[in-house]
Amino acid sequence: MYKIFLTFILSILLLPYSSTFAVEVDMLIPPSDFQAFDTPNDDGKSVTLRWPSSPSESTEAEYVVYASLRKNGPFTTEVLRINSKTMYEEGSDSNFHYVEIKPGKFFNKDSDVTGGRSSYFFRLVMMSNSENVTVNEIASATPKGNWFNWKKLNNFIILIAFSTLVLWFIEHAKKNPNLYLRKISGLDAIDDALGRATEMGKPVLYVHGLNGMGSISTIAAVNILGRIAIRVAEYDTTLKVSNIDPIVLSVSQEVVKESYLEAGRPDAYVEDNVFMAASEQFPYVAAVSGIMIREKTAANFFMGYFYAESLILAETGASTGAIQIAATDSYTQLPFFITTCDYTLIGEELYAASAYLSREPLLLGSLRAQDIAKGIIITALVVGAALATIGIGFISFIFKAS
Amino acid sequence: MNFFKRTIPLIIAFIMGIMMAFQYYVPHEASQSLLKVVTRWGITIAGFAVFIGAYSLFHLHWNKIKRKVPGWGYSTFVFFGAGITIIFGLYNGGEFFLHDKQEGTMFDWMYFNVQVPAGATMFSILAFFMASAAYRTFRARTSEATILLIAAVIVMLGRVPVGALIWEFLPPIADWIMSVPNMAAKRGILIGVSIGAIATSLRIIFGIERAYLGGGD
Amino acid sequence: MERLLKIDRRIIFVFVAAAVTIPLLIKFDLPVIATKEVRGIYDKIDSLSEGSHVLIAFDYDPASKEELQPMAIALLHHCFKNNIKVIGMTLNPGGTGLADSAITEVGNEYGRKYKEDYVFLGYKTGVELVMINMGENIYSAFPKDFKGNATTDMPALKDVQSLQDFDFVVDLASGSSIEAWIAFGKEKYNFDLGAGCTAVIGPDMYPFLQSKQIEGLMSGLKGAAEYETLINRKSSAVAGMSPQSVVHVLVVFFVIFGNTLYFMTRRKK
Repeated sequence: MYKIFLTFILSILLLPYSSTFAVEVDMLIPPSDFQAFDTPNDDGKSVTLRWPSSPSESTEAEYVVYASLRKNGPFTTEVLRINSKTMYEEGSDSNFHYVEIKPGKFFNKDSDVTGGRSSYFFRLVMMSNSENVTVNEIASATPKGNWFNWKKLNNFIILIAFSTLVLWFIEHAKKNPNLYLRKISGLDAIDDALGRATEMGKPVLYVHGLNGMGSISTIAAVNILGRIAIRVAEYDTTLKVSNIDPIVLSVSQEVVKESYLEAGRPDAYVEDNVFMAASEQFPYVAAVSGIMIREKTAANFFMGYFYAESLILAETGASTGAIQIAATDSYTQLPFFITTCDYTLIGEELYAASAYLSREPLLLGSLRAQDIAKGIIITALVVGAALATIGIGFISFIFKAS
Repeated sequence: MNFFKRTIPLIIAFIMGIMMAFQYYVPHEASQSLLKVVTRWGITIAGFAVFIGAYSLFHLHWNKIKRKVPGWGYSTFVFFGAGITIIFGLYNGGEFFLHDKQEGTMFDWMYFNVQVPAGATMFSILAFFMASAAYRTFRARTSEATILLIAAVIVMLGRVPVGALIWEFLPPIADWIMSVPNMAAKRGILIGVSIGAIATSLRIIFGIERAYLGGGD
Repeated sequence: MERLLKIDRRIIFVFVAAAVTIPLLIKFDLPVIATKEVRGIYDKIDSLSEGSHVLIAFDYDPASKEELQPMAIALLHHCFKNNIKVIGMTLNPGGTGLADSAITEVGNEYGRKYKEDYVFLGYKTGVELVMINMGENIYSAFPKDFKGNATTDMPALKDVQSLQDFDFVVDLASGSSIEAWIAFGKEKYNFDLGAGCTAVIGPDMYPFLQSKQIEGLMSGLKGAAEYETLINRKSSAVAGMSPQSVVHVLVVFFVIFGNTLYFMTRRKK
């Protein structure tokens, strides 16, 4: 009896509060502080909006931002509409919203702007099905372009450090030209392959990978072509160069022509021997395989970046009995070349090939720099992994990509 | 002549190389405009280069036909194939090339009934060559080769539905091989390749590597 | 035994041909379980609200059709079913026909309207240069669509100015375009990217998955079959799983058989 009475009394006392609670659940509480500022490290087109999370956020509630070119409005241009449970600031534990917008998209450039840089004014409104509440403060920002992206500072420092290292070793190589270079048997075998082709009176086939001139593998392949073409001209044998990209074709023609000129055999250069085989992957494979079978090429060089065609090319070449040397930085194609070619240059060996063949001290100097850089990265990896294991993760921030 | 063939290209490579390397770090609109201009140049050059490629192809095969070199008959197919495709492309189902591309034209028919199956056939040869290469060369000669062979068998079976029927743990083991040892090796190569690529770029920008201009150095 | 080791490769070819053909004639189903890589793309598309914009780059040619077209079709079914606006394009000149037919056929199946619910922008030369151009302004990169319509004011592209405005971008690639989309697209213009590729370049893409530079990955016909299973619409990719399984088993058999012969001849010597 006593318990029932107590419950009754308590219920009466709590009745007004319970109705207040119910009102508070439905009512939207706007965020207290709304900020707008120029987005750092950008091209000057965007503004960042930031505001703390509201306790009344739900999947039904939305945040809407209106913008104006004047402080007094009118705020009729909607520049953002998001679900209130999204777009949280990274690392803020869902306590802040952080959105980048490009207000210029919403305003006609000629209207309202009296020349120079324009400031934008923003009003934040929280909306639900039943009501809208507006944040009192009007935030404003003037977007301006930045001349350096500070998020990429670590990347920039690494670039400068590595470039200095390369240039220092190149300078050092001038004074000390006898740098040790480990043996790369694939490159030593080039002379044997060319000699065999000369003896047999059969042509040498040079196959570029599928990438265009913008790819570093293709540039490396063209560099090697220049070196090989000189020797081919000296051996007085036929060099056929198949291309898939018209720009690579033009460059290759020029490279081979110059090499023949340097070897003192400009008369031996035949323009049609550096040719466009096809412009697509598998027609290219069909064309090059046809050349291997019909002309029984004695030596095949596959240099550059290859895709699914690698095995078809190399297996066809192997079936004709040609000596085959491949060089690629295409990781997935390496197993195919290794199983079907006599020699395969792996990854960066492709880039080092030109330096190796020319034995030029300046080029060799950069290889030494590469080794040092690799040593630094290995050390950072080992130390970083060890530190991360014991919970110290700062080293990963040094290498963080923006 | 050497000035035009060597010095000018080297100066252009240096200026553009340095500019584009720094462009990456400058977000300003001026830097983005520079990138846009260079991009447009690239697209324009790539567009015109197609003509160089077509000229090379036709010149080579025309000479083969003219000189009646062995196998010259195949070269006629280059002209036949290209000619018929160009004609139907321009004909555009009777609307001709000044109008928008029409649906269900002879050009479409050739694309779906000649180019698509021919391309797929070439690609399918890969399966045959892979089987033959695996049989001829995949030998457990050393302990390393044996590990490689076992891993290959697990991945081959684990990547197809039949793997799970043979042994339910095959797919997860195959996934582990792909995402742990495979990835470790891949990253190692990738780091080496990236450093090599930067060094090669620097050699080209500073004019130390000149073989791409032709000749030795 | 020596002769068996140096067997004419055409005999091996006959076995492979039989291993592909017979399972296609005698149909049998194999269970296809979706991996988390494929689920990554599925979940992302599933999370998009109606009217979101998805860009699909059909960067492959007819040669890779068998692997990548089923992927494209499955992806399109998922997008159109969820009322998502699809914008198609290709960086491969051989891919226009395949992309156009896939996007139109699936679009029609769901009663979607060209220009309003989907659009195919066509082909543009330059690969990474096109991406940069699209990142700056999509209308400058593609002023007209594949059919010659002006792209500005096209309802399907409403609210899209540049790559940044896409809710999701998927690259279906038979070449190096995924790396290019990462380096020149995602890293520069910051959008969510998913990828589909041929099985042979699939392993190349794993580091990008781990570094979260791609949200998900469909690799080869198996990837396509997994997507078909996820959208509950089993088609050519799932049907292709039986011959693929048999060929894989056959290659494993060849490897084991070749090694057995190799060890037997070595012991004899």
